[in-house]
Amino acid sequence: MQQLLSVAVDGVIYSAWLFIAALGLTLIYGVMKIVNVTHGSFYALGAYAGASFTGVWLARGYPPVLSYAVLFGAAILITLAFAPLIERGILRFMYAKDEVVILLITYALFLILEDVIKLIWGVNPYFIAEPYALLGSFQVAGMAYPTYNLLLVALAVVFGGGLAWFLSGTRIGKLLRAVIHDPEVSRAMGVNVERYYLATFTFGSLLAALAGSYTAPTVSVVPGLGVEIIVLSFAVVVIGGLGSLPGAALGAVLVGLVRSLSVHYLPQVELFVIYFVMAMVLALRPRGLFSLEEPRKI
Amino acid sequence: MKRVPLVLGAILAVVLVGGPWLPQWAMFIVTIAFARGLVALGLMLLLRAGLVSFGQALYYCLGAYAAGALGRFLGVSDIVVEMLAGGAVAAAVAFVLGFLLARYRGIFFGLLSLALSMILYGLLVKNEALGSTDGFNILPSRLFGLRPGPDWVRYIVMACAAVIAVGAALLVHRFLGTPLGRLAPAIKDNEIRVEYMGASARYAVHVKYVLAAALAGVGGALAATTVGHIDPDMAYWTTSGEFIFIAILGGTGNVVAPFAAALLYGAIHTTAYDLSPNTWQMSLGIALLLLIVFLPQGLFGRFAWK
Repeated sequence: MQQLLSVAVDGVIYSAWLFIAALGLTLIYGVMKIVNVTHGSFYALGAYAGASFTGVWLARGYPPVLSYAVLFGAAILITLAFAPLIERGILRFMYAKDEVVILLITYALFLILEDVIKLIWGVNPYFIAEPYALLGSFQVAGMAYPTYNLLLVALAVVFGGGLAWFLSGTRIGKLLRAVIHDPEVSRAMGVNVERYYLATFTFGSLLAALAGSYTAPTVSVVPGLGVEIIVLSFAVVVIGGLGSLPGAALGAVLVGLVRSLSVHYLPQVELFVIYFVMAMVLALRPRGLFSLEEPRKI
Repeated sequence: MKRVPLVLGAILAVVLVGGPWLPQWAMFIVTIAFARGLVALGLMLLLRAGLVSFGQALYYCLGAYAAGALGRFLGVSDIVVEMLAGGAVAAAVAFVLGFLLARYRGIFFGLLSLALSMILYGLLVKNEALGSTDGFNILPSRLFGLRPGPDWVRYIVMACAAVIAVGAALLVHRFLGTPLGRLAPAIKDNEIRVEYMGASARYAVHVKYVLAAALAGVGGALAATTVGHIDPDMAYWTTSGEFIFIAILGGTGNVVAPFAAALLYGAIHTTAYDLSPNTWQMSLGIALLLLIVFLPQGLFGRFAWK
């Protein structure tokens, strides 16, 4: 019983983290039909920006409580520095190309950004443990968990709920859904589709950067950080259905629980199960668990 | 008109005759280029049908581990046996998985192949009998039961690689000329018309998928015996990314292109890594971007040799 409880707690925490990491990916695919490999780069950029900004903040002796806001601001700054540049400078010329070709283009951009990160921050690891340790810990069934993890869960709920409300409850969100369903008709009705693409790419990348910056206190920030998150968030998004918001939530919960079950009971299959679930979903319901049937296009 | 066999024959002759004068490091680069070229040759088959596999590292790694397992559990380290075993294991797995993958196109083909390669990675990383993340060393290469001296082993491996790669390239070249091979561009352009013609796109994709896997398996076994060490990173998605880069660099014009591209990639990799270890990925990325935008046919795409 006690072990099941810690499976659940671990699963929820990991799911929350996965959801934040994958949310932007599914948003960008949903709107722009781009399977975006640079998502991992923005995750890494966010982690580096968060670690270095917070490091400076704490070194100057400013109040450590505000470091959570610094993590947020760092993600915003670094995203604004790169995402609009990439969308306006490169991606917008590629929209006419095949999905797979655009994927390759974002892979090329990912390779470039990997080294941009090394050029900016060097190859030495960054540590900022203070925001992680500051909140203390809480107990569940005799096991201590850092309270910082609750912050991640809260962020996941806020981001997911906020995005769902934005899409269904606001005028801009409704227009965005129109763009998702038919960019051409939207354009004909006077919607500035280009602007929505720019905003979507920037906002989706911001979500990746936020995932990175809020992960930074829990890990050592090293080169190659974004490489693993790419396949993981691909798995989450594919399981739920590319471009589906509830799908991403379902995928994150499923992967989170499956992983935490295997870590507790059968650690040898920890990585295997995640991709096994991904392959099974692709095999049985290629468009994901949360998808509607789509007519075959010629 | 018989340009491809001539070029391939010339390459084989140059490697076999000129090989002994090459320095050891150059032999290593050439051999690895043959290994990567084999994988890229398989990817080219799929690319011609408009399919991009983001998991070709699955078969590369399977081939390598098949070769490694031969030595580790059976004590066999004959280069030719290793390569055949690598190709056979990869082809067998691809035959089974092909029933599933042949139904997929576009982004879903890519993502499913990616998932499958990550499954193998996940299994190997946690498998202690196979060395988990460290992998394990491969026995020194032998040829027909003989163990070449230390000065000659690199040349022998390179020569075997050249013979097998040229043979594979010739076979693929022949395949491209068959009705089944010529179906690829048609599948890329319009699959429904292919079906109306009475051909089965799914069968054609399945055959190409198995061929591509066999080539990748042979390449993996070759890389294993050349490097002398294997680890699960051979199945990681970044390895698949490298192969896609090489395949796109070469283009789909002819069967020599993947090998030329692999050699170029190896040369760029070595020099760029030497000159500036922190920006070589960036140069690769920029090159890939420029290729996709300005040379979608690849560097050698203009030479659509018959």
